[in-house]
Amino acid sequence: MRRISQISFQAADASTRQRTLRAYVWIVFGRLFGYAALLLVAVISLLPLAWMVSTSLKAFGREFPFPPQWIPNPVVFGNYLTAFETSNLARYFGNTLMISVLATLGTVISSSLVAFGFARLEFFGKRVLFIILLSTLMLPVIVTLVPTFVLFKTLGWIDTPLPLIVPWWFGGGAFGGAFFVFLIRQFMLQLPRELDEAALVDGASYFRIYWRIMLPLSKPALAASAIFSFIHHWNDFLNPLTFLNSEEWRTLALYLRFFLYTEAGGGAGLTRWNLMMAASVVMLVPVLVIFFSAQRYFIRGVALTGIAGR
Amino acid sequence: MAIADQPDVPRARRRPLIPGWTWRETQGFLFILPWLFGFVVFIAGPFFFSFFVSLTEWSFIGDIKWLGLDHYVRLLSANDPRFVQAVYNTTYYVAFHVPGVLLISFIIAGLLNQKVRGIAIYRTCFYLPSITTGVATAVLWFWVLQPNGLLNNFLDIFLEPLGVSGPNWLGSTSWAMPGLIIMSFWTVGTTMIIFLAGFQGIPQHLYEAAEIDGAGWWGKVRNVTIPMMTPQIFLTSVIGVIGSFQVFTAALIITDGGPADATLFILLLLYQMGFRAFNMGYASAIAWVLFLIILFFTIVQFISARRWVYYEGVRA
Repeated sequence: MRRISQISFQAADASTRQRTLRAYVWIVFGRLFGYAALLLVAVISLLPLAWMVSTSLKAFGREFPFPPQWIPNPVVFGNYLTAFETSNLARYFGNTLMISVLATLGTVISSSLVAFGFARLEFFGKRVLFIILLSTLMLPVIVTLVPTFVLFKTLGWIDTPLPLIVPWWFGGGAFGGAFFVFLIRQFMLQLPRELDEAALVDGASYFRIYWRIMLPLSKPALAASAIFSFIHHWNDFLNPLTFLNSEEWRTLALYLRFFLYTEAGGGAGLTRWNLMMAASVVMLVPVLVIFFSAQRYFIRGVALTGIAGR
Repeated sequence: MAIADQPDVPRARRRPLIPGWTWRETQGFLFILPWLFGFVVFIAGPFFFSFFVSLTEWSFIGDIKWLGLDHYVRLLSANDPRFVQAVYNTTYYVAFHVPGVLLISFIIAGLLNQKVRGIAIYRTCFYLPSITTGVATAVLWFWVLQPNGLLNNFLDIFLEPLGVSGPNWLGSTSWAMPGLIIMSFWTVGTTMIIFLAGFQGIPQHLYEAAEIDGAGWWGKVRNVTIPMMTPQIFLTSVIGVIGSFQVFTAALIITDGGPADATLFILLLLYQMGFRAFNMGYASAIAWVLFLIILFFTIVQFISARRWVYYEGVRA
């Protein structure tokens, strides 16, 4: 009896070992393949950006060497200087920065107020209003573009930065801004209710609870909103294109487009690709700095809402 | 002061600002008031006004001329060849962009989920292009898609031995659209992150159970991963369809609808009609048709979702 069980046990052991070995080979093979594929995709993701930087450092007329040249020869750092000197790039940079910062500030302040109202207070029609808020996310921005243009024209706001800033101070009431209310509300719902109930018993007003308890605790969601919002405004093209005409308030996005339009029209030989790429790099740098310094908020924000800032 | 402020009576009994409302309800209303104001002024008002404008002939400066449904009749009876072209182009783009993005991000997220080392670095690499969307990216890709640009440099590695050269992407009516679609695949990062979060939420015991039942690699993907990922697939495809029907920036900057309207998207036509030709009525009608198209596809997706999306904890 004992012997039989021992034999069968040994037999099983041998076949298991063989199977384990085969499985192991497969796992190693799969791993190697996986790493190779990931590496390839990573290279494809970064290649265009690397090319952009490389081109921005090439000498004029030498942007399309054959065979392709990754490290420019000579390296012309002066392209960046030229890009700033030959245009009002600094001014456009400042315009974009001001618009993005003010719009982001409005978004975070007003969205957090509205989010608190939806997360913690009870009032008539709350559920219906929240559903309406969410459904505005599905409304194509374009449907309201013509009338908002008319509205801002009537107000005399065309060609001023106001149409790009003011709507964002109304708690996601404009152009898909409901996303931020949703993000902050989702976060606030996760916070323990005991905190504000305790404060309420102690006689704190709702505004005080919002300001002193909920806002400090919601920092990750506020940070995520601020980052998404800033990048959205920094990259925004359709709204500046519609509401700004003159050079005075031109944003970087508008300038790049204008540059491409005037340069590329002049025949391939005359296009100053290097300067265009230098200006593009200038536009990308703030976004990259923010991304790398606040990456965890990004990832969390995307995972929390399932939608990224647009 | 804080002590003096302590109310003897519950706050609910403070005299209401709005008759019939408790102080708490009033406060709740005050908190959402900024949104409500913005909603009425910047969304709801313009939404209905644009429908009104779409029933008129209005060049923005002169008088408004009532037309009724004329614009819609013209659009829906395919009397405007440019609109037909724009609908065709946009559908073409959506049909390749959305499934392509879903498939690519699904594969990348799956690869990333295999407990690889340095997952954060890879995730950064894949997500980076997504935050750089906008004009800078468009300018970059205008350059990448040149006849002697980066993409053709890359393709030449494979095409040169065959004696063929890469297409003139932006100059050809048949290659401009594929060029834009390839460009759009560059920004799969957001979808990828949503998928990655989904992958990480799949309970390990399901895979173990499948293994015990003798499932191989494909069996596990088919019977565990895909069913468990359906909520994420659904979400990203809804967002993808809504977003890609409104494709605009890249097309305006890179091709401006050309060559020969080969990349004229609905939004681009709308923009040209509204803000270059100042035909506000017609532009608004296009906007509404686009809105209805998007609404239609969103509703279809939601209805079909009942058949194929699996939410854990919710039983049919």
